[in-house]
Amino acid sequence: MDDTTLPAGVETAEAREAAGLRSRAGDEEQDADSSLTGEPVRTQVRPPTPLTGHLRQLEAEAIYVLREVAAQFERPCLLFSGGKDSIVCAHLARKAFTPGRIPFPLLHIDTGHNFPETLAFRDELVKVLGVRLVVRSVQDSIDAGRVQEEPDGDPSRNRLQTVTLLDAVAELRIDAAVGGARRDEEKARAKERFFSHRDGFGQWDPKNQRPELWNLFNGRKLNNEHFRVFPISNWTELDIWQYIAEQRIDLPSLYFAHEREIVDRDGILLAVGAYVKPRPGETVRRERVRFRTIGDMTCTGAFRSSASDLTDIIEEVATARITERGDRADDRRSEAAMEDRKRLGYF
Amino acid sequence: MDLLRFSTAGSVDDGKSTLIGRLLYDSKAIFEDQLEAVEQASAARGDPSVDLALLTDGLRAEREQGITIDVAYRYTATPKRKFIIADTPGHIQYTRNMVTGASTADLAIILVDARKGVLTQSKRHSFIASLLQIPHVVVAVNKMDLVGYGEARYQEIVADYRAFAAKLNVRDVVYIPIAALHGDNIVSQSQNMPWYHGATLLHHLETVNIGAGRNNVDFRLPIQYVIRANSAVDLDFRGFAGQIVSGRIAVGEEVVALPAGIRSRVAGIHRGDESCERAAAGDGVVITLEDEIDISRGDMLVRVRNLPHSSNQLDATLCWMNEEPMKIEWPVSNSFSGQWYWLQQSTRRVRASVQELNYRINVDTMHREDAQTLHLNEIGRGQIVTTEPLFFDSYQINRATGSFILIDPHTNNTVAAGMIRDRARRVSELVQKQEEREAPSLRSSRSSNVVWEPVAVTRPMREELNGHGAAVLWFTGLSGSGKSTVAKALEQKLFALGVRTFSLDGDNVRHGLNSDLGFGAAARTENIRRVAEVARLAFEHGNVVLCTFISPYAEDREAARALAPEGSFWELFVKCDVEICKERDPKGLYERAERGEIPNFTGVSAPYEEPVQPEMVLETDRHSADELAQRILEALARAGIIPGGDN
Repeated sequence: MDDTTLPAGVETAEAREAAGLRSRAGDEEQDADSSLTGEPVRTQVRPPTPLTGHLRQLEAEAIYVLREVAAQFERPCLLFSGGKDSIVCAHLARKAFTPGRIPFPLLHIDTGHNFPETLAFRDELVKVLGVRLVVRSVQDSIDAGRVQEEPDGDPSRNRLQTVTLLDAVAELRIDAAVGGARRDEEKARAKERFFSHRDGFGQWDPKNQRPELWNLFNGRKLNNEHFRVFPISNWTELDIWQYIAEQRIDLPSLYFAHEREIVDRDGILLAVGAYVKPRPGETVRRERVRFRTIGDMTCTGAFRSSASDLTDIIEEVATARITERGDRADDRRSEAAMEDRKRLGYF
Repeated sequence: MDLLRFSTAGSVDDGKSTLIGRLLYDSKAIFEDQLEAVEQASAARGDPSVDLALLTDGLRAEREQGITIDVAYRYTATPKRKFIIADTPGHIQYTRNMVTGASTADLAIILVDARKGVLTQSKRHSFIASLLQIPHVVVAVNKMDLVGYGEARYQEIVADYRAFAAKLNVRDVVYIPIAALHGDNIVSQSQNMPWYHGATLLHHLETVNIGAGRNNVDFRLPIQYVIRANSAVDLDFRGFAGQIVSGRIAVGEEVVALPAGIRSRVAGIHRGDESCERAAAGDGVVITLEDEIDISRGDMLVRVRNLPHSSNQLDATLCWMNEEPMKIEWPVSNSFSGQWYWLQQSTRRVRASVQELNYRINVDTMHREDAQTLHLNEIGRGQIVTTEPLFFDSYQINRATGSFILIDPHTNNTVAAGMIRDRARRVSELVQKQEEREAPSLRSSRSSNVVWEPVAVTRPMREELNGHGAAVLWFTGLSGSGKSTVAKALEQKLFALGVRTFSLDGDNVRHGLNSDLGFGAAARTENIRRVAEVARLAFEHGNVVLCTFISPYAEDREAARALAPEGSFWELFVKCDVEICKERDPKGLYERAERGEIPNFTGVSAPYEEPVQPEMVLETDRHSADELAQRILEALARAGIIPGGDN
């Protein structure tokens, strides 16, 4: 697609040669515990070895899907949240099109409640990939009266993002939005297709999905409709971590154990910051924690952990007894919370 | 760690959800908060116990109605393997979902309730597994606890299923008695069924050979996308991106681009950031060529001497997936009137129409029925014409290049799944073929004016005199796979037992009887026809006939089979990885073939159609010739052809 026809985002990175990327494999080692600076954590010095087994197959499948997106759609984008899954997707997209550039921009729906580490990491990654970044913000949607902030104390903007996302899809005339959702995350997502159709209102109709056979993906649609595409559908949390370790992919420091101030709210440990203030009766404690998923500061729970490098994390994930979204306040609202949000056009 | 994709089909009644729940739970893929959520949901609904089905039935409608509607994907892993489970509903109104789940599966678990035996639903799943060519089937005889863990009941079900499966194209069936509710034979060996010595379900899933369904011979690279770059490193880079769906390729090898038909050599192979010398089926690659050729999405790179079929007329099995019935377009002129579909096959999308429907297949009885069209969830055989030619192989040989979907151009829905049988044939040809199948004796009467002389001494008389039965043992496989080695070892053992044998070998026949024949497809067919006739004569004279021929075409082997009475012709598939055959290469033929000195060499530049239902599979890369010969000997004894069996 022709990137120049897209309106410029809040930030646009200059294109850089893919050759610049390769030298990064030999970067110097950094302390995994550099914590709150937003510096990417690099834990290795040697270049990745060729993949084998299930990771090789999962990678080939994801790359196949990403190339189908580039081939079948005119104006795709890669939804980027700053979380590990979207970082892996960006990495896969780079590999799918190297030595060429990723032929579509990254789209970040900014809730305004991000961890500062996430934003710093995002800007760094965009420079390295030489890819365009487009940002659309929930705050703008609120200011324009498109959505209303939840009234209570520390409002979650999780639901509001859907409107901003669908507005961005319409504004930028996006026909395929690639996302990092995985089927193992959540029971409604277990029913997702690789190529998931959205009607003219951005809605998902889970009871009436197109059959998806072999690896023949049907991306045909009417003008105002679009697709959500999930290249890493078949990956599990453990696969993601193993892949990150094998491929030596940089991650935001939030994923590694660090000390920070937290409050315990309904069993979920929230990071204290600009968007989460302790409520009366809550005590702020300083603890060693890390995050298994990264969303808004208002709804992403931390958990106590001392896993400070990828080996520790893989060990921790392999023996974990609760799901990674178990710490997400947004999923806890009802038994079918995710299905309901997805029907309306959520990620 | 490798990856196994398997499908399950069934409803709550069969214990399918319990089985999956058990597999996930025992392999620790269920998390505490998931279990807690399911417990809460069950309690809220007033269920007496925790309903594990709630783990797999993820949609609100499914949970409300207590049924599985759509395919759900579940994941688990052991230290040996990662598993992707396509969990599909089992009712007939969800046939399309079963087909979807089966399309990517390496293995299917067919659930049989030990109390009810082999019911229609199990048969339907098996038929779909066979249609979609799932390489492995596990028949899990569940609820053994409810039949007192009795072996007799289990054996009865196995015998029933075996009789039924004989009508299907399933290559590998394994039977396991289980009680999913209690975990018997799921992860660990059941204490309640000491009579069962086979693998537990999980052990089988961990060890079953995954490569079985893969085609390692025919190199096919459908082009997905053309990558261009202009950087300091790669000036004017132009690479062809795609996933190799079958076969292998190496730098320097000659390829041809279809449809242009232009040849070039592979200059480079890239997998992501790596440059590699060779790549194989499953790899996503970017290939650069030595020459500048115009190639774009939908084209295909193949080997010069191993081409797919190219045609705009297809004979295919169709599974209809849409509420709107299939539209048949009777072509009036060269243009479509509007009753057309998009046909998507590999990376190609062309306009197509269904010209005729030959018959519908009843998925419960497998009978062919007359039908005007196909409705939702119906399966049938039809003839399709496309506006541009496709490059394909039959689905039996290549699941990737032999499959397609039909898309309604108005709604954009995927309305059908298709499996290519062959190029389209006229109705008259089809009818004739079917008649031949039904009356195999017709096939041999090429010179129809020859009248058979009644023989004075009949085969049964000779068999009685010899003290053993007659049979044709047809060893088929790639060059270097070990056909002759196994056959020789077997012949010595038979001779030692006093069994009269007769050997026909590719080389000895080629020097005499068939010295006038070449190696093209027609000559190969004639070669096999003559050999089969000789084999029949020897068979009728009471011998155990050992034939060792590459015999790459399934149709030729079927013709040979038709000459002997049922049960007397044994197709023995001598199976060996083509790379190992090349290493063995006793006569240096592969090397010469790869240099292009031998045209039409099976495995290099000519196809090998693997037997779909051989009597035995002999894996010479895993067992010695002597072991395999012994195994055949034992099978012959069990079949009562030679002495030493049960009787």
